Amino acid sequence: MSVQGYVEAFERFARDGGRTPAWLAPIRRAAMDRFQALGFPTRHDEDWHFTSAAPIAEADFTPLAGLGGPETVADVSSADLEPFTFRGAEWPRLVFLNGRFAASLSSTVGLPARVRVASLADALANDTPELRRHLTTIADTERNAFAALNTALFTDGVFLHVPAGVSVESPIHLLFLTDAEGARGVAYPRILVVADAHAQATLIESYVGLGDPSYFTDSVAELSLGDGSRIAHIRVQRESQRAFHVGLSQARQARDSHYASFSFATGASLSRANIYTDLAAPGAEVTLDGLYLADDAQHVDHQTRIVHRAPNCASHEVYKGILDGAAHGVFNGKVYVHPEAQKTDGKQTNNNLLLSTDAQVDTKPQLEIFADDVKCTHGATVGRLDEVALFYLKSRGLAAEEARTLLTYAFAADVLQRIATPAVRETLESLVRERFVGVPALAAG
Amino acid sequence: MTTTDNTVLQITDLHAAIGENEILRGISLTVNAGEVHAIMGPNGSGKSTLAQVLAGHPAYEVTAGRVTYDGEDLLEMEPETRAQRGLFLAFQYPVEIPGVTNAYFLRAAYNEIRKAKGLDEIDPIEFLELVEHRLKLVDMDPAMLNRFVNAGFSGGEKKRNEILQMAVLEPRLAILDETDSGLDIDALRVVAHGVNSLRRPDNATIVVTHYQRLLNYIVPDRVHVLAGGRIVRSGGKELALELEARGYDWLTEAAPAGVGVGTGA
Repeated sequence: MSVQGYVEAFERFARDGGRTPAWLAPIRRAAMDRFQALGFPTRHDEDWHFTSAAPIAEADFTPLAGLGGPETVADVSSADLEPFTFRGAEWPRLVFLNGRFAASLSSTVGLPARVRVASLADALANDTPELRRHLTTIADTERNAFAALNTALFTDGVFLHVPAGVSVESPIHLLFLTDAEGARGVAYPRILVVADAHAQATLIESYVGLGDPSYFTDSVAELSLGDGSRIAHIRVQRESQRAFHVGLSQARQARDSHYASFSFATGASLSRANIYTDLAAPGAEVTLDGLYLADDAQHVDHQTRIVHRAPNCASHEVYKGILDGAAHGVFNGKVYVHPEAQKTDGKQTNNNLLLSTDAQVDTKPQLEIFADDVKCTHGATVGRLDEVALFYLKSRGLAAEEARTLLTYAFAADVLQRIATPAVRETLESLVRERFVGVPALAAG
Repeated sequence: MTTTDNTVLQITDLHAAIGENEILRGISLTVNAGEVHAIMGPNGSGKSTLAQVLAGHPAYEVTAGRVTYDGEDLLEMEPETRAQRGLFLAFQYPVEIPGVTNAYFLRAAYNEIRKAKGLDEIDPIEFLELVEHRLKLVDMDPAMLNRFVNAGFSGGEKKRNEILQMAVLEPRLAILDETDSGLDIDALRVVAHGVNSLRRPDNATIVVTHYQRLLNYIVPDRVHVLAGGRIVRSGGKELALELEARGYDWLTEAAPAGVGVGTGA
C-alpha cells in the first residue's frame, strides 16, 4: 500500500474519531504528517541499508479492528493458547486477537490491587494523568516512520502502571495473536509501561501467528522506568512464517533504574525490531540481550540503541543469531556516550552462527563515545560451528550430526541463560530445540 | 613385532601430515593390555600429533602406515566410533562448550558408549550416583557438574575434568596428551591418582608428556622418546630418569637421519 493509501486510511480513522481523546488527536495527526514526510524507509536510509521495507510498502493490508465492533473470538479458546504460555503458567495476561482485545481470553487475577493493567482502548476511554503524561512521549517518531505510523493509527494495546514501591511477583503476559481471520490485515499494537519509583515487574510481549496467514504487525512499546525501578521485558516474536513484523521498544530510564530486555525472534518472513533505551540519569543499568533464529528465506533484523546521557551508568548487551537455509540476519548495535556520561561501563557482543553456505548476516557495532573516562568494548563474530569443539564431542562418542545439533543448541542456550524467569527461559530453550530437532532437555542434567 | 590376543594397539610405520608438512615419519609401537607406555620428547617432536591422529583429529592426514586397535583397522573408524569402542583422548587443551552442562555432556558420552555395546541408556538418577563416586576419585566438587563444560574452568580444573570423563567412560585405551602440563604438584597428584586407580589388567594407557615429573606418579612399563616424528629410543622406566638428568639433545643428535628405531613392548 502506498504512503497515500495509509494517509487515506488515517483520514477515515480521524473522521470516525470515536476512540481518540481530544488531547491525542493532534499528536496522531502530527505523527501521520511525519510518516508522510519520511515515507517508507529505503536502502538509502543508513539504518535500512541491509533490510528492504519494499515487501511491506508494496503489499496491501486492511486495518484490523480499526473501528471497533464486537469481539470475535468464537474460534479461539484458552486451550488454543496453551502452546503460547510458559510451561502452562497461569500468569496474568492480556490477549489480543487480530488487533483487538479479547477479554474472554484474558485475566488479571493475582495482580496487586494498586497495579493498573488495562487494554489501551479502555485506558484511553478513562484516561489517567500517568497515561497522558507518558503516552507518545518516549517513542522516537521523528526518525522512525513505522513508529509514526503506529502513533497515527493504533487502536488498542496495553497500559500498565506499577505504582511506587509495588513489586509484581508474577510476570504479566501480553499476547498478540493473529489467525486466518487476520490475513491481509495490519495491526498497530501499542504498549505503555509506567513503573514508578522502586516499582518492579516482569513483562512478556509475545507476537504469535496461528497457522500460516500473511499480515503485518507494526508495534510500539514505550517504557518509563522511575527511580530505582526494575523492569524485565521479554519480547517473543513468533509471527507466522509469512508475516511482516516491525516493532519498536523504547525505554527511558531514571536514576538507578534497572532494565533487562530480551528479544527473541524466530518468526515472520521479514522482521525488524528496534530496541532502544535511554540511560537518562546516573546509576541506571540495562542489559539488552537477544537471540534470533532464521532459516529458509527469512529476514531478521535487530537494531539496538543505547544512549548514555548520565554518568555512572552501565549497559551490557549480548545478541546471538543462528542462520540456516538462505536466511539473512542483520544486527546493528549503537551505543552513544554523551560527554557528561563519565564512568560509563558499556559492553556489547554480537555472535552469529551460520549453518549453511547460503545464510548470511550483516553485523555492525557502532560506538560513539564523547566522554573520556569510560570503559566501553564491543565485539562481533560471524562463524560456523567450531571444528575443534565438534572433534571434542565426537572424541567422546557423539555422532557427527548429534555433535552439530548439540553445539548449535549450546550456542543459543548460552544467551538464554541471561533470562531471569526460569519458565520463560525453559520455554524459549524448547523453541530452540524445535528448530534443531533431536536434542533432549539439557535442564534434566 | 609380535601380536598377541593381548595386543590393544599396534602402530606400524605410521606417517601423518598437516598439509605439506609431514610430522610423523614412521612410528611403530605395540601396546598390550595392562601396560602403561610413556611417550616423551622435545617440543615439536610429534607427540601430540600422534595422540590426535590416534583419536581421529580431522586436521591430520595419515599418509602411510597402519594402526590396528583390538585387531581392527583404527584409521578406518570415525572419531566417534573409536570413542564408542573404548579409545579415549584426554586433550592437552580441553575445549570449552558454553551452553552444555558437564552433567549432560558426561551422560551423553556415557550413553553413546552403552548404545554401542547394545545396552540401554542409563537414567539420570542412576547416572548421578555413578558420577558422584567418580568425582571423589579426582577430588572434584559436585557443583562442577552443573557448570558448562570447561567454561571458565582453571587449567587444573580442565585437566581434572578430562580425568573425570575418563573415569566415567572407563576406556580400554586411554591416551593422556600432556595432561601434566601446567599443573601444580597437588593437582598432578590428584590426576595421577585418578589414572592409577583406573588401571586394570584389561586396559592400557599411553601417557604423552614433556617432563619426567608425571612418571614419578604414573609409573610406565615402557618409555619411548620421539624426535623428528620418529621413535629414537625405547626403554624401561629408567629411561625417563636418564632423560630428566641428560635432557633430549644426546638422543636427538644421535638419531640417524631417515631411520626410525621403532620398538614394541
